[in-house]
Amino acid sequence: MPSTPDTTPARGGAAAPARRVRVDPEGPVLVEGPVEIALDDGTIARSDRFMVAVCTCRRSRAYPWCDTSHRRRERAAAPPEEPGKPELKKHEEPGKPGKPEEGNPS
Amino acid sequence: MTPPTASPTATADRRARPRSGPRLVDGRGELSGAVTRALRSGGPPRYAPESVLEADPWGEDLQLALYLLYEPHYRGFDGVDDAREWDPELLRLRQALETRFLHALRSESSDAPRSVEEAFAPLLVEPVDLSGSLSHHLETDGELWQLREYAALRSLYHLKEADPHLWVIPRLTGRAKAAMVAIEYDEFGAGRAERIHARLFADLMADLGLDPTYGRYLEHAPAPLLATVNLMSLLGLHRALRGALVGHFACVEVTSSPGSRRLAKAMRRCRAGAAAEHFYTEHVEADAVHEQLVRHEVIGGLLADEPDLEGDVAFGCAATVLLEDRLARHIRDAWDRGRSALRTPLPPADAPR
Repeated sequence: MPSTPDTTPARGGAAAPARRVRVDPEGPVLVEGPVEIALDDGTIARSDRFMVAVCTCRRSRAYPWCDTSHRRRERAAAPPEEPGKPELKKHEEPGKPGKPEEGNPS
Repeated sequence: MTPPTASPTATADRRARPRSGPRLVDGRGELSGAVTRALRSGGPPRYAPESVLEADPWGEDLQLALYLLYEPHYRGFDGVDDAREWDPELLRLRQALETRFLHALRSESSDAPRSVEEAFAPLLVEPVDLSGSLSHHLETDGELWQLREYAALRSLYHLKEADPHLWVIPRLTGRAKAAMVAIEYDEFGAGRAERIHARLFADLMADLGLDPTYGRYLEHAPAPLLATVNLMSLLGLHRALRGALVGHFACVEVTSSPGSRRLAKAMRRCRAGAAAEHFYTEHVEADAVHEQLVRHEVIGGLLADEPDLEGDVAFGCAATVLLEDRLARHIRDAWDRGRSALRTPLPPADAPR
């Protein structure tokens, strides 16, 4: 049978549902769990979560799982262009809410 | 810094018989006093109509009154007839107080962005300066008594974690509904009672020597904490505010992972216990998943169905930021002066470890 990229179920309609994966271009790959990841050191990491966020930036402190460490740091202002010019303050737009001081779990 | 301690009389009132719900607390002013008396007596709440208009929308009296009026929708109160949940006189007062609260939230966030992208962009970057962050303070300098106070305060939400958000589900369809249910399923332990997040929090409280009984610390909780829980109840109970509920929920999920990572470190550094640490490490990973789903599927799905709700989603996010900032300031102000952030300090240990 020719192999074609096909999104329809196999004839008979009884094919197992395909595992769905979502790729966040700036963050993790989301895979329907449970998931096992074979790590470089030969160990297996397992997550039983219904959906698993797999780290792709390699900055996670909970690697191989995403812990949101891929997020950009708040933009610091450019260094002063000429000596003697007052240093600009950190990027912050007035009148806009910031981050909540506390990130309370849901 | 030594912990502020409670006077012995504060712990005296413990009833031996089993309760049918949390203990009803005393009022803190005319409105909350009227609600407490009405719930105790079975009669209608008696208050001067102008007192609703004169009450401080952020104050102890109005926020406790609202909290007491919402609680019959969750677990009710010991000795209060369950049917009071739909008492028209209590609902009339609740609606009047909600109007004041909602107006105050809208006024205070009138400069907030109206688009989802603008509302969430600042939440999706890590701040460089963490000096104002409560979780950062607890991570680096927090003491065990402060962790206990923090947990006692947050228990008003975490012991019913994810409950108020469930009310939005009948008001969603398609992608938004499927993703919201999936996240809530995870919150409720994915079919395992021992993994329900509220249960994990009860285990954390036991590690900290706190009493994990639902509603136990209501009398200790000041208005800035009550307001954060009242917001969830308000948005959850009103279909008209479904967009704001989704925006609120997304805000909580997006900001949770970094905060939870810091709090897990705080628990570890203070040797609070394995369960105390686990509650937060669990949320680091869980909420890294939830924030993806809530932004792409819940908000994305809702706005694909109902694009006119975008302003409401942004408002729900802004209101959450506003109330969390107020709470963090309240706690830091108290702690910086060596005082308890609670209305009355905790007893030294409420439960055996």
